[in-house]
Amino acid sequence: MTAQSHRNPTGGRIDRARTLGFTFNGRYYEGHPGDTLASALLANGVHLVGRSFKYHRPRGIVGSGAEEPNALVQLGQGALTEPNVRATQAELHDGLAAASVNCWPGVRWDIGAINGLLGGLFPAGFYYKTFMWPARAWRAYEWFIRRAAGLGLAPREPDPERYDGTHAHCDVLVAGGGPAGLAAALAAGRAGGRVILADEQAEIGGSLLAGGGTIDGRPARAWLDDATAELAGMAEVRVLPRATVFGYYDHNYLGIAERLADHLPPAERAGRARQRVWKVRAGRVVLATGAIERPLVFDGNDRPGVMLATAAQAYANRWAVRVGDRAVVVTNNDSAYQTALDLSESGVAVALLADLRAEVPAALAQRLSRAGIEVAAGSAVVDAAGGTRVTSAEIRRLGADGTTLEGPARHVPCDVIAVSGGWSPAVHLFSQSGGRLRWDEAIAGFVPDISRQAEVSVGAARGTFDLAAALAEGARAGAAAAHAAGFGDGTATAPAANAREVIAPRPVWRVPSAGRGKAFVDIQNDVTAADIALAAREGYSAVEHLKRYTTTGMGTDQGKTSNVNALAILAHATGTAIPAVGTTTFRPPYTPVTFGALAGRTVGPLFDPARLTAMHPWHVQAGTRFEDVGQWKRPWYYPRGSETLHQAVARECRAVRTSLGIMDASTLGKIDIQGPDAAKLLDLVYTNAWGGLEVGRCRYGLMLKEDGMVFDDGVTARLGPQHFHMTTTTGGAARVMAWLEEWLQTERPHWRVYLTSVTTQWAVAAIAGPNARRLMAELCPNIALDAIDFPFMAWRDGTVAGIAARVFRVSFSGESAFEINVPSSQGMALWQALMTAGAKYDITPYGTEAMHVLRAEKGFVIVGQETDGTVTPGDLGMDWIVGKKKPDFVGRRGLARADCKRPDRKQLVGLLPQDPKEVLVEGAQIMADAAAPPPVPMEGHVTSSYWSATLSRSFALALLKGGRARHGQTVPVHAYGKTSWAQVTEPIFYDKEGEKLRG
Amino acid sequence: MLLIACPFCGPRDETEFRCGGESHIARPGPAETVSDERWGDYLFNRANPKGVHLERWLHGHGCGQWFNVARDTVSHRVLAVYRMGDPPPKDLTP
Repeated sequence: MTAQSHRNPTGGRIDRARTLGFTFNGRYYEGHPGDTLASALLANGVHLVGRSFKYHRPRGIVGSGAEEPNALVQLGQGALTEPNVRATQAELHDGLAAASVNCWPGVRWDIGAINGLLGGLFPAGFYYKTFMWPARAWRAYEWFIRRAAGLGLAPREPDPERYDGTHAHCDVLVAGGGPAGLAAALAAGRAGGRVILADEQAEIGGSLLAGGGTIDGRPARAWLDDATAELAGMAEVRVLPRATVFGYYDHNYLGIAERLADHLPPAERAGRARQRVWKVRAGRVVLATGAIERPLVFDGNDRPGVMLATAAQAYANRWAVRVGDRAVVVTNNDSAYQTALDLSESGVAVALLADLRAEVPAALAQRLSRAGIEVAAGSAVVDAAGGTRVTSAEIRRLGADGTTLEGPARHVPCDVIAVSGGWSPAVHLFSQSGGRLRWDEAIAGFVPDISRQAEVSVGAARGTFDLAAALAEGARAGAAAAHAAGFGDGTATAPAANAREVIAPRPVWRVPSAGRGKAFVDIQNDVTAADIALAAREGYSAVEHLKRYTTTGMGTDQGKTSNVNALAILAHATGTAIPAVGTTTFRPPYTPVTFGALAGRTVGPLFDPARLTAMHPWHVQAGTRFEDVGQWKRPWYYPRGSETLHQAVARECRAVRTSLGIMDASTLGKIDIQGPDAAKLLDLVYTNAWGGLEVGRCRYGLMLKEDGMVFDDGVTARLGPQHFHMTTTTGGAARVMAWLEEWLQTERPHWRVYLTSVTTQWAVAAIAGPNARRLMAELCPNIALDAIDFPFMAWRDGTVAGIAARVFRVSFSGESAFEINVPSSQGMALWQALMTAGAKYDITPYGTEAMHVLRAEKGFVIVGQETDGTVTPGDLGMDWIVGKKKPDFVGRRGLARADCKRPDRKQLVGLLPQDPKEVLVEGAQIMADAAAPPPVPMEGHVTSSYWSATLSRSFALALLKGGRARHGQTVPVHAYGKTSWAQVTEPIFYDKEGEKLRG
Repeated sequence: MLLIACPFCGPRDETEFRCGGESHIARPGPAETVSDERWGDYLFNRANPKGVHLERWLHGHGCGQWFNVARDTVSHRVLAVYRMGDPPPKDLTP
């Protein structure tokens, strides 16, 4: 094959001065800047680009843009590979490597093609009918089905490319840069409005790039050049080529996917973002998204070489490519006559134009006959013969009602069949905006009818196919949109164009079959006209059911070329009118958007911010292992040398119990509460009473939801008569703050209480253990530290190691402990001073894991671990904290429900495994009877389970039905196929009298 | 992505807000006088209209204030915005 065998020497919008080399299925070809992969392949005479989804039939290039159902390719290699790219939208670059998807071992000889020979075995709903029995075999079936189906391959490596995201506002967003969109953008821009014009192609111009015609008395392409130059000169107009408006959301919020670097070879992309997603809030939207040509449904209409007439025309005019050597054109409307002329002029021999209509447009027919092209009126292509390329078209006369054939068959040799089955306005964005469609008999298509948002459709997108009318509509809409935003007077002069003849299509949704061939409706998902008829017979007569049962319109092309044909054939099969059948829902995106672009910069460390305490650098230096708690990085444990988690935790626990431990508690939520009604707020949100709490003292509190279930807990200190310092769980800080605000603003707006989150204002070091007071005594000269002057659950202001501090005598470990709060800026200094001074006690930093063990030994619950939103204070054995005399608190009425008082509710208990070395699995189920056959009644579950260095044995906390009355019983505990036995105990294992923590 | 006019900050994207469900739900009390049925109704039962819905929104990533929104659940149009404690606009009362 000679290089670019089907490229004409002149014409087209390509740069012949440069040659680009690329490979397709490993073979080297050449093209030029301005080419798409599809146009470059066709320039080299390549039509066969893939195998079909179900039958593995050979498939060729059908379209020239976003509508392409067939020519899906795998682009690039390794981490940069991208599956299922439409070859018609992939710009050619030097070194581009593309491969067919869905064929093995190769596109010319594909093993799955056996499915085509067995086609009768694959009717609509085949998978539903075949693989549902026996149910347990589905897993085996699925493996094969997933391997046989599917399209391209996702990359396995992380994506090395960078993506951007941005937000924008504009007065007028114009979607589509064809003639109507350009006229709109010009009119709005001239009026002075802020305009964004987005078009999915590399070049603005839409249909003007491929068609002819004149505007303002000059060739349309010259007008196009002037228009783009004028827009480029307007300060308030932003023109985005290579930018697909992919989604239209509420309140005129639209998404645009802009391809910044896909058209460059990977080496030239360095330092540039590959794609960018724009999120645009637009005052008004002008939808100038054009129309999509429909194929005709006849036998063999999927053979390579059968393509849309506009595509054949675009390849001839825009890319100077002859799509074949000998063409047959078949149409049900006027537009393909110009295609026949353009093909002929580009050097393709046009054997014949078959027009389904008995009456053909006289003027156009005359032009064809002058060009030596036969027009066969009232005729259709009824079968396309061939294998990996069409070889001939069978032409028959259609009966008057379009369902029968007449006369003899003519077999016309050809290697291209250019098809036009009419036009479907691209109403995708309009429909996404919530607009309602109307079936327009005159054009045999759905057009926008009733808007729901501030938008207007213009040009072919609303069924206005005439160039002059489309330009006028666009200009009017642009001026009106700008005027609505306060720019201009709402009027504009439209450029003049020669009017075309009116399209009067003859809808024949299923061209009658002359034999037994397959006539495809959805060419990507291999859905035939027979499949749709079968689905209708089986009762799938609603269009949404039909879609799911046959999968029509569910491919990556979302049925751009097939949906109207499918529902029209369904309407015919069910004897319904097309408007009554309706359309399926149009959903974003219009064309696929990469995950990378949607994620933008919010990947890796920017995916979720990490919150770090003031002492974090010290922990990092100490080799700490961290745990994520909400967004916080909390020290989990501090391994020494080659210690395991369990060894480190045992050592940390022993240190706290026998000498001195230190923990970074800065992440606890802290809320400053002030105002005359502050105590009232606490009385409302906590179950216990707060009015009597003295200044200088702290109290533990439980918060409930209105249903009576535990929501959060923490210690709150009274700093002054009207001033409290509340602490919350680390993960619950924001939730609790919002909860308090909600009650104040929506239920108690007259209360004078002011809340301030001070979580990050304070750094907190908690020291705990028998030597804690001794260390404090050294560093803290101005606070009396003995248990009488500074009792448990009190706080004092003073200095610690010379740093102004607020010290709380609270304990979550069960040991004598001090929580030292200092301004965050002093956190590191405090920590270092404590570590230095504490060295003589072998002060040992401990992490969240040791903290969990220590508190569990004491039976202290963790909200979210012992509780799950279905647990009351009573279930936790904490009835003592529920104020019996309080007239009201959040959750009081909820707790009074009979269900909250059932004796067989799940209650907190301790468990001691029979094997003291066995640590039960957290989440393990406690069974009623270990011998019962499945489904085994479950009585509870393990909530916390650890090895205790202090007890030299394992222990656990659990929620167990009626557990408080079951102490002493032995229960079976099951997890991962293993049953263990454990004794039920009270949920406290260490210092039951609390002497240590008060001492 | 709704555009919601916070009565304190002006129009902002929906992502700055949190919807707090139906508005004008009175908390029944005192607790002793409230039947289980009445309490269950307060906790769980909400209107689900096709049309005007009066609902509470929080400008959580903004001023932190709660306020009321009258929204059409079909078109998602925001018909009115008013402060906590204010009665709904008369013509929008369902």
